[in-house]
Amino acid sequence: MKEGMKKILELDSFSKVYGRGCLRCFEETGPEQTNICPCCRSVVAAHDVSFSLYQGEILGIMGESGSGKSTVVKCLYSDGQPTAGVATFYDNGQHHSLFDLNKAQQRQLRNQRFGMVYQNPNLGLNFDISAGGNIAERLLMSGDNNYGRIRQRARDLLRRTEVLPERMDEKPKNFSGGMQQRVQIAKALATDPPLLFLDEVTTGLDLSVQAAILDLILEIQHELQTAMIVVTHDLGVIRLLADRTLVMKYGRVIEAGLTDQILEDPQHAYTQRLVASAL
Amino acid sequence: MTETNGYQFGFLDEYAKKEVRRSVLKAIALPGYQVPYSSREMPMGRGFGTGGLQLTLALIGAGEVLKVIDQGSDDSVNAVNLRTFVEMTCPDISTTTKTQEATLIQSRHRIPEKALTERQVLVLQVPYPDALTVVEASEDRRKAMHGEADYSRLLVKLYEDIVTFDEITISHRYPTRINGHYIIDPSPIPRFDVPKMHQSPALILLGAGREKKIYAVPPYTEAIPLAFEDVPFRVEDFSDAQGRRRPCQRCGCRLSYLDEFINSTTGDKVYQCSDVDWCNDQLEMAREQAA
Repeated sequence: MKEGMKKILELDSFSKVYGRGCLRCFEETGPEQTNICPCCRSVVAAHDVSFSLYQGEILGIMGESGSGKSTVVKCLYSDGQPTAGVATFYDNGQHHSLFDLNKAQQRQLRNQRFGMVYQNPNLGLNFDISAGGNIAERLLMSGDNNYGRIRQRARDLLRRTEVLPERMDEKPKNFSGGMQQRVQIAKALATDPPLLFLDEVTTGLDLSVQAAILDLILEIQHELQTAMIVVTHDLGVIRLLADRTLVMKYGRVIEAGLTDQILEDPQHAYTQRLVASAL
Repeated sequence: MTETNGYQFGFLDEYAKKEVRRSVLKAIALPGYQVPYSSREMPMGRGFGTGGLQLTLALIGAGEVLKVIDQGSDDSVNAVNLRTFVEMTCPDISTTTKTQEATLIQSRHRIPEKALTERQVLVLQVPYPDALTVVEASEDRRKAMHGEADYSRLLVKLYEDIVTFDEITISHRYPTRINGHYIIDPSPIPRFDVPKMHQSPALILLGAGREKKIYAVPPYTEAIPLAFEDVPFRVEDFSDAQGRRRPCQRCGCRLSYLDEFINSTTGDKVYQCSDVDWCNDQLEMAREQAA
């Protein structure tokens, strides 16, 4: 990492176990075995995950279904409590210990400083209210109470994410999948968050739409210097977006480094198989 | 204990009244917070004002003067039945239709036009106590939202209203923030009556019998209807096509909340004060002035 770059996020020794857990959970599970502890049947969704993230950087987390990649992001976004670990979010000279916040503080950070884009627009958007209303919701949550200003901001954001502003008063359920994803991105960006989580954002979209969404994400990164964590199983997305990548399997990080290095010269057998199969 | 017509004074047993009073104290201490209570069985169906009735019966004592109104009227079936019931079970109290004479007013749908005073208590019957039900179905989550004063989704509803209809279309049960934190559903009072709750000298108690909740707007407490900075809250203005404020066809008052009737012979729309006591007062004042 370049000297003098601003650190946004630091995650240290993160673990998440579903179930009661036992003393042997961590030694009996791992990338060579499975993520279910043979002693107590607990699921070790993630163990000993550490990384740091700098301003304007995109970190990719890659792995197959059940590898624990989404678990990490969910806990960072306060959608779950980790079993162990420390996460520190650096923001305007302050730092917040993400796993020690109370509900109100969690909500405040989620609403104002983080953005989340889900694979399924159902999760990120309320389909019963208009596209503009969805963006308004986030602005209202962060305390803006001026109707005219909210409308203007929603219009600007939709224009920025290439959704026709004329359609802002329509419900997103009338939109195509790609449009819904753009509205989700506009909503996530509403409060100019320094950190954005993208969970399988292009999965399920057709190829040309995928390319357009990925372009949009890159443009936003350049323009706003937003740091992002991109969770995906798609090597193409990793190759295009991520500066650095973690490869996960059965809840462990098996390989981490610069994306180019990992794709050109994978060290772990699993990554080698993954890269080989994609090419 | 006084036995009356075979009933305990106030119908409820003393333990039940004590529980209601405790809930009332808690509700006053936490303005706008919905305090759960047991809501006893009453000799009438839930949803017919049992919440208000239990509050009235728990608070009323010898010497109190009670007024019961329904839709502004002292003579509608619900009001008459409730009044008769209280008269029967509480022998040492008196009843009135005059707002200024009452010490305790039980009401559904209206706050009287005449300004209430510090020595009066207003009891409102509430069908739906939680303003958040329209945006969140889960009570667990609603409780967390109330705790964190997270009401942005109600504002989103107002936003959608303005987008669709160019104005806020909530006619009654207008979400109102009490003392800067909890937002209440002020029972089915019209928008017109919401400003009367703000800094009211009288204690306002709201009881939901079916939903088993009691909440309060204590005297001299802030009650601010939810709105945007640039789209302020406004009450019904009752203006006609020319923009003139319609008068009550009976007393001519241009300040009161009006009910709209259809004249069954001519088919015309007729406007009349909803608060009957107020309307009578206006007529009497006009008569005195003429004399």
